[in-house]
Amino acid sequence: MSGEKFEQVVGVLLDEESEMSLSELCRACGMSAERIMTLVEEGIIEPSRTGAPWRFSGVCVRRVRRVYTLEQDLGVNLAGAALAIELLEEIERLQAHLTRLEERHKG
Amino acid sequence: MEYKDYYKILGLERGADQAEIKRAYRKLARKYHPDVSSEEHGEEHFKEVNEAYEVLKDPEKRAAYDQLGAGYQSGQDFRPPPGWDEGFEFHGGGYTNADPEAFSDFFESLFGRGGFSQTYGGRQRHQYSAQGENTYARIAIDLEDSYRGGTRQITLKHPTLGANGRPQLRERTLNVKIPKGITGGQQIRLAGQGEPGMGSGGPGDLYLEINFNPHALYHTEGKTVFLDLPLAPWEIALGAKIQVPTPDGPVKMTIPANSANGKKLRLKGRGIPARQAGDMVVVLQTVTPPASTDAQREVYRRFGEAFEFNPRKTIGG
Repeated sequence: MSGEKFEQVVGVLLDEESEMSLSELCRACGMSAERIMTLVEEGIIEPSRTGAPWRFSGVCVRRVRRVYTLEQDLGVNLAGAALAIELLEEIERLQAHLTRLEERHKG
Repeated sequence: MEYKDYYKILGLERGADQAEIKRAYRKLARKYHPDVSSEEHGEEHFKEVNEAYEVLKDPEKRAAYDQLGAGYQSGQDFRPPPGWDEGFEFHGGGYTNADPEAFSDFFESLFGRGGFSQTYGGRQRHQYSAQGENTYARIAIDLEDSYRGGTRQITLKHPTLGANGRPQLRERTLNVKIPKGITGGQQIRLAGQGEPGMGSGGPGDLYLEINFNPHALYHTEGKTVFLDLPLAPWEIALGAKIQVPTPDGPVKMTIPANSANGKKLRLKGRGIPARQAGDMVVVLQTVTPPASTDAQREVYRRFGEAFEFNPRKTIGG
């Protein structure tokens, strides 16, 4: 684009199959291990392997970040943020479904 | 720069008390929070609301702001009157954990750029030698990008310390490789592309959340890709061999005779090519052509005669 040269970067995909250790997850989310452990106790994220040492799937990063920003920005507590996330995920699912149905009827 | 009416942003009268300000802020924050909101331009509103609250929640900043008077209109060209902040002491103190980089020039000209080391969502204060903050951003790509892999250009804004020792925003453009098989909502970690570190600390990482642009043909749910396939009544009744589009190119598909409308046929492994490839689901949709010529009306009449068919049987028709 416009012949300008920009730095080319390649990232690591954080999907369900990718794995991270507790310390990698802490670093990714900018959070202490204690905070992450609290989130595990609340059932907000689950280690993909329960035996020691814990391994987390890459998708946990997004969930942890979302809980964190909701807590910070909206003043909800952890349980409230967890509930909000679950409801938001349900809404996303239903919204996608609804869009599909609406488009089908439009056609 | 433009004057900002913080009261108007929060939908308040100038005489609002602190409880009203907090209530208005909480309501609007919930409405526009980028993680919650489906509102268009939610993120911009959220930043604006945060900025307004930053000023109005703090009695000192609020008093200073009020002192400017109510004579300005939102968006009006504005310069702070000389010595306007005499007797106020707020530089560097009493900042919330909102994102100071998101604040407007208007805010900055009045209150300075507080809490420079804090970033949106990051919010830990690092001093001396420290790892740079991780940053988080979102981009939208086309579904086809996930099938083929591709490169997307993104522009990031980084605060840096300028030659005069004042923070400045520096723009940086990157070509990001989109990994093949990514699904909506997943993130890519770009090592070392976050905020620069301080002292001997290395830079943080950039986490890029990927979402798909709406597509004219397909919908996705995780790795599964859905397509509505229109069929003529005779195709769905007699069966047919049909060419079906997929993001990967067209494939031939056999529609079994007497398929029900809405039936789902699965094309294994034709969904998003993740490590474990998703499936594509084709939903059969019967479309009836209108009868517009005599010959066509005749065919419909014969059609009716050939069937003893009452579609309203279950509703007592």
